[in-house]
Amino acid sequence: MDSKLGLDFKKVASARAISARIAEDVQTFVEGFTTIAVERTLCRLLGVDGVDKNDVPLPNVVTDFLKEHGVLDQGALYYLGNAMIVTGKSPLEIAELLAKGEIDLTRLAFHPDEEIHNVVHPFLVNAIQKIQANRKRREHYIATLGEGSKPYIYVIVATGNIYEDVVQAQAAARQGADIIAVIRTTGQSLLDYVPYGATTEGFGGTYATQENFRIMRTALNEVGEEVERYIRLCNYCSGLCMPEIAAMGALEGLDVMLNDALYGILFRDINMQRTLVDQYFSRVINGFAGVIINTGEDNYLTTADAFEEAHTVLASQLINEQLALIAGIPEEQMGLGHAFEMDPSLKNGFLLELSQAQMAREIFPNAPLKYMPPTKFMTGNIFKGQIQNALFNEIAIWTGQGIQLLGMITEAVHTPFMADRYLAIENAKYIFNNMQDIGNEVEFKKDGLIQKRAQQVVDNAMILLGDIETEGLFNALEKGIFANVKRSKTGGKGLSGVMKKGTHYFNPFISMMIKKNEL
Amino acid sequence: MSSGLYSTEKQDFDKNLDLKKVKPYGDTMNDGKVQISFTLPVSCNDEAIEAAKILMRKMGLDNPQIVYYYQLTDGFTFFNGYGSCRHEVDFTGIHVPKVESTVWDMHEVDAFIREQIGRKIRVIGASTGTDAHTVGIDAIMNMKGYAGHYGLERYEMFEALNMGSQVLNEDFIAKAIELNADALLVSQTVTQKDVHIQNLTELVEMLEAEGIRNKVLLICGGPRISHELAKELGYDAGFTMNSYANHVASYIAQEMHNRLNNYSGK
Repeated sequence: MDSKLGLDFKKVASARAISARIAEDVQTFVEGFTTIAVERTLCRLLGVDGVDKNDVPLPNVVTDFLKEHGVLDQGALYYLGNAMIVTGKSPLEIAELLAKGEIDLTRLAFHPDEEIHNVVHPFLVNAIQKIQANRKRREHYIATLGEGSKPYIYVIVATGNIYEDVVQAQAAARQGADIIAVIRTTGQSLLDYVPYGATTEGFGGTYATQENFRIMRTALNEVGEEVERYIRLCNYCSGLCMPEIAAMGALEGLDVMLNDALYGILFRDINMQRTLVDQYFSRVINGFAGVIINTGEDNYLTTADAFEEAHTVLASQLINEQLALIAGIPEEQMGLGHAFEMDPSLKNGFLLELSQAQMAREIFPNAPLKYMPPTKFMTGNIFKGQIQNALFNEIAIWTGQGIQLLGMITEAVHTPFMADRYLAIENAKYIFNNMQDIGNEVEFKKDGLIQKRAQQVVDNAMILLGDIETEGLFNALEKGIFANVKRSKTGGKGLSGVMKKGTHYFNPFISMMIKKNEL
Repeated sequence: MSSGLYSTEKQDFDKNLDLKKVKPYGDTMNDGKVQISFTLPVSCNDEAIEAAKILMRKMGLDNPQIVYYYQLTDGFTFFNGYGSCRHEVDFTGIHVPKVESTVWDMHEVDAFIREQIGRKIRVIGASTGTDAHTVGIDAIMNMKGYAGHYGLERYEMFEALNMGSQVLNEDFIAKAIELNADALLVSQTVTQKDVHIQNLTELVEMLEAEGIRNKVLLICGGPRISHELAKELGYDAGFTMNSYANHVASYIAQEMHNRLNNYSGK
């Protein structure tokens, strides 16, 4: 491929090779462990859903019981499967008995592993088929209705009330949005359970629940048919319920998921061991479900400086790409994140942003890159904000970004009003149409500012990746390599939910999902 | 729609500024001109536009003009309008409580602390409760600072620890005790359903229960926080938008100095 930036692709290839080794090192760790969130996910995939009389979700009832008895390391499938043989009941019925205190999973006669594997098998197949059916539904819609052209227009709704979110989301779709993200209520990422049912109260967002997913998916199917464009639904596979939400999304036909352990480690202080183990299973599920993942590198730049730290974004994208490949996610589902976050007072800032966006495009040619709008320097001056968002949109169409999270003029003021979203979509559509082919028409001056900037970012990313490889990702995070944030390997939230896999442990979904994906 | 924009009608209002009767200014003193945009939950038609004008009159805007309208979706119409505000404000009678300190730059603050206090000031900061936003606390504390104003970590005479976001009040207080902090900075960005008020109040109550409320300077900040609100909630000071690290640093240095020199237990 010719580079408009004069990039040395041999250098890029060696950066990839280093990243692959970093990811491999993480994976070696990940494979020895499970977490309480992974086990809840397995319960859900086996059909365990609902809550007990105290509103505790049944997957938590099962995993908490096993954890209290010190046997969760053997896995939920092992204990549920064994109980299925003994009682002849379904996983859901067993969970209900457990919630009423009418069964003790640890005091049953134990059957051989192979028998247990066989008894759960039909339930695994059932989950696999449900997820495949959702994938086919999406593919059918896209084949018959079509979809928006790239960059997909991505907007958020965040009223706290799922029914109000539906009104906002359908309005946005009619105005031209291609992806609707339902922002989660603040703090949900730190809950070690997924709330149940439809919800109408949230702070700065709406609870991610399976019922809320279902309500919004139905609403978007409806409006998609009306506007004759498939409308994708996005939620957040991050925090302490990462794989669980991936499973819920796969079962309910979500299309896009924020899914980034590094983000959780740095910005939510989630324990790195916990979330990297969680992330692997969540990505396996997302890959299999055909879900586009979004990584959170853009956030580094809301904390650290966007000019000085650009290479950390590239390094992290390269690592995230390799971690995703290991989990069976194809490049076409990798919405690697980056952002337009330089200080607007920076001289030639637009050219530097242009350079970096083009660089990401060339280094990840098949990925639907997710480009994030200015947030850090949005001031409440909505008039200037509209211009900042316009510059951001110009770069997106110029460099062929995949997913454009639209900036809102009222960023830093409130969660978007219906009219804010309309103004943002109008802005983007105007620019995308008016500048459609600029990327094909304009080349960059050889060794000019734009070319040099990108080359320099690649060089710096190479050096950083070399350092990370020497240290290992865990130690590098302890030293504050990304976003200037330091996290300890044994600090943060959720470490108590990490366990070394026991001798009876099994999770056949991993191989079933990765294998099916390759077919 | 534009009738009136180019009106040559005689404007028979007093065109002299009177601070007892201040009105919005467009291009002529006391013309009262205001721009406004809003959405009404009705579909777009003549009645909707009339409804928008009636609403503007009720808001105190004379001669309301709808210069742009657009149906966002069935049942919702967006309006941009202009009008002349009939209300006025007595500017001379206003009193806003403010943080009473001289604003210095980083070097002046460091010099003052070195000479007048003689030791480093220990500050910890966090975005507490469920609030995940670090923009505010980072702007004040991180080395880099914000918009050219270095953060407290850069100050020679501050020992600053930024605990980041979603820090529980318990953990925040434990850290304050552990480090024997002189000043606590709490940032709150999410304000939906007044979640920040509950959280800020809880912190004060917990500090009182621990018996350390009077041993620290307690400061909060955020886009929807004012000094007045902060005082009401039991904080020593509150900082809002357009406050930088040097504002906070100047206040902390001067207030510490005051307390060390005439501490009366308040």
